[in-house]
Amino acid sequence: MPDPLLAVEGVSMRFGGLLAVDQASFAAAPGRITALIGPNGAGKTTLFAAISGFLRPTAGRVVFDGADVTGLPPHRLARRGIARTFQIAQPFAGLTVRENIAVGAHVRHPARTAALAAADGVAQAVGLARDIDKPAAALTVAGRKRLELARALAIEPRLLLLDEVLAGLNPSEIREMVPVVRSIAARGVTIVMIEHVMQAVMSLAELCYVLAEGRIIAQGAPQAIAREPRVIEAYLGRGAAQRMTGEGADAGA
Amino acid sequence: MLSPAILVSAILNGLMTGAVYALVALGLTLIYGVLHIINFAHGALLTAAMFAAFFANRWLGLDPYVAAFGLAPLFFVLGYALQRLVIGPAARGDDRNILLVTLGLAVVIENALLYVFRADTRTIDLPYGFDTIAVGPAFLAVPRVIAFAAVIAVALAVGALMRWSDIGKAIRAVAKEKLGAELAGIDVAHVYAVTFGLGTACLAVAACLLIPSYYVNPGAGNAFVLIAFTIVVLGGMGSVAGALIGGLVVGVVESLSGLWLGESLGQVGIFIVFILVLLVRPRGLFGEQA
Amino acid sequence: MKAYLPIAAVVALLAAVPLVTSSNVVLNFLVVALLTALVGQGWNLLGGYGGQYSFGHAAFFGTGAYVTAVLQVRYGVNAWIAFAAGIVAGAAVGAAIGALAFRAGLRGSYFALVTLAFAEVLRILASVAPVTGAGVGTLIRLDLRWQAFQFQSRVPFYLILLALVALSLVLMPAIARSRFGAWLVAVRENEDAARALGVDATAIKIAAMTLSAAITAAGGGFYAQYYLFIDAGIAYGPWISIEALLAPIVGGAGTVLGPLLGALVVKTLGEATKLVAGDAPGLDLVIYGGVLILVVAFAPRGIAGLATDAGRWWARRGKTPAEAGHA
Repeated sequence: MPDPLLAVEGVSMRFGGLLAVDQASFAAAPGRITALIGPNGAGKTTLFAAISGFLRPTAGRVVFDGADVTGLPPHRLARRGIARTFQIAQPFAGLTVRENIAVGAHVRHPARTAALAAADGVAQAVGLARDIDKPAAALTVAGRKRLELARALAIEPRLLLLDEVLAGLNPSEIREMVPVVRSIAARGVTIVMIEHVMQAVMSLAELCYVLAEGRIIAQGAPQAIAREPRVIEAYLGRGAAQRMTGEGADAGA
Repeated sequence: MLSPAILVSAILNGLMTGAVYALVALGLTLIYGVLHIINFAHGALLTAAMFAAFFANRWLGLDPYVAAFGLAPLFFVLGYALQRLVIGPAARGDDRNILLVTLGLAVVIENALLYVFRADTRTIDLPYGFDTIAVGPAFLAVPRVIAFAAVIAVALAVGALMRWSDIGKAIRAVAKEKLGAELAGIDVAHVYAVTFGLGTACLAVAACLLIPSYYVNPGAGNAFVLIAFTIVVLGGMGSVAGALIGGLVVGVVESLSGLWLGESLGQVGIFIVFILVLLVRPRGLFGEQA
Repeated sequence: MKAYLPIAAVVALLAAVPLVTSSNVVLNFLVVALLTALVGQGWNLLGGYGGQYSFGHAAFFGTGAYVTAVLQVRYGVNAWIAFAAGIVAGAAVGAAIGALAFRAGLRGSYFALVTLAFAEVLRILASVAPVTGAGVGTLIRLDLRWQAFQFQSRVPFYLILLALVALSLVLMPAIARSRFGAWLVAVRENEDAARALGVDATAIKIAAMTLSAAITAAGGGFYAQYYLFIDAGIAYGPWISIEALLAPIVGGAGTVLGPLLGALVVKTLGEATKLVAGDAPGLDLVIYGGVLILVVAFAPRGIAGLATDAGRWWARRGKTPAEAGHA
């Protein structure tokens, strides 16, 4: 791949006796969508936290656009152009949607009116224009997810870390959200997404990394990954891959 | 330089004072460990208990160690009622509201005592208040020895309650995992109130153990509670072992430093230790995340 | 602009009071109320807008008071300069405590505890240090000239205090409309989310605390000039820490006029209590504690919150639920 925008090199996160992330390495090509998948508890969100400055890696490096940013605090990373959404949407409950997005916009626009105007623009792009004056607390789950996305976009990032942005959405909401994510990438933003919704991973991601028990166990195109025995076993348990091919052989006969 | 007799005496005295500090700290850490609130009213409640013990002695002629048996249940009920009827409903689980409500309670209780009893200082006189027991080279004041024994008894009783009784298990369950406990059918509001009541009952016992040796006035509780707070942050919020061990350690340190520095270490020193611990390691030695 | 109209109206109303009455009782009451409002406004910036509840604002009030007084009494500094120095000193103490507490990551109860502890340390130090007069306190010599920031009549004091309060009032909407204000509120609502959006939460909190301390210190300096006597219990005592938070909570934390509203209500209550039950120490604080609990329980957004709710209810009556919509 051309020089990756984000290179995670051998990052480990240890909490006392627990090794949550074990020498994980992956890279995100500029302008591409990369997915980080794996069963629950694999350490994906912990890895995100280590990359985005909320945790300091116990070992390893995080390189962004050629510069070593390991351990920098979240606000410095945001100013450099790394944005991150949270698995459980965290709106600023007392503020309106516009004011929420403006908080992010302020990184690039010190003046209030400019920030609010920029917020309007971002809301449009994400499909929240209708709700822009509503209090954030009044949004539905789908609305809150869009708000997470909008706030992150408002800082005009080059790298967007999406933590399960589709979680909690019903199928039609997912169908509406996928093109929004794709349009962001189309504008040149590099995206790394943690996702469980496989249909979205298949249609959006060009490269997949699979994290299981803190370790990267596979990487490749989504379709190929889905067939890898190690990946199947990580999700479904030991011997599952064998059983599946066994059943497949019987059924197909 | 210092004779072993003085040293041993200081250490033993420190252990005994520390035991009572530990009891006050125990109540505080229990409440934090289960309800996850810092009880700003702890000092005022201790003062109220000290006044109660004082008047039990003055009006009913009750020896404080005997009064403890009556005051502990009484203050348990008071604490239960405060949590169930005032703090719980008023705060509705919001952290900031809980802060304000316990502060409000502290202000009300302390100033009510001030208004009713004025700022005068009172003491009680026990017939055996100055008797001593000889332990090795040291002479220990009888009230303090009784206090030490009483604290051990209370600590064991609380420990047994937590370990073996149904309510103790319920308390531990709620402390560990509130939502799960609720789903399992435990009445969390009741458990919270019981825990608060236990903490207040510990204060009542501590008050009875303290008044033979200390002054009673509307500000009295605060001095001990400051020490208790220091112990609790040092030993770890929510850690019973931390409170007990921390209490003994602080008692001994205070006693030994009194030998060399006189009384000048005083309150400022304790506050500074308290601030330092908060800033450097609020988790304490045994406790959970700040 | 329209945010400043209510402020202008209230200030104008209050400024007209000396024209209408020369009663010392009224003026004195208003001075006391406005002083509480000023101190409360300081607390409101950090606690109401910033969401960081300090239980030790006495640390700033007392520093403002003592620096103002001691510089005059011991070093012969001009009263006005001493007053300004008091504000700067208070701000410095705020910055110091804020830096220590927020860099250590203290939040919620732990932050409240540490502020309480700092205020108490200052109180004890002031009660033993020779420079503050130790237990005896500091007395500012009577010198009824405007150059010495003292006046024969209460009216100039009142108007100066009103000016200070007006300044603090005007500051709030200005902050609310600025990037600093947007970031401060974001940190209050959700600190981690704010961090992820480029907000240096620690720096914001320290800045808020410094400004909050400066406003409160101004109140302390004014107190010293008005009463001409302070001691450790007055300057750094818990009473002022409690009043500092009570006024905004009662009036409405995080609102512009909340502290002023709350101060008027609280002080009226205090006076009523004195009328009914006499001057015994402690009773007024008992009432204040009770009010605090009641407000938290039944009107957590204070009087301003009740007024907004009442306004909404009024606007909504007579409409069908569909018409009422998202009002």
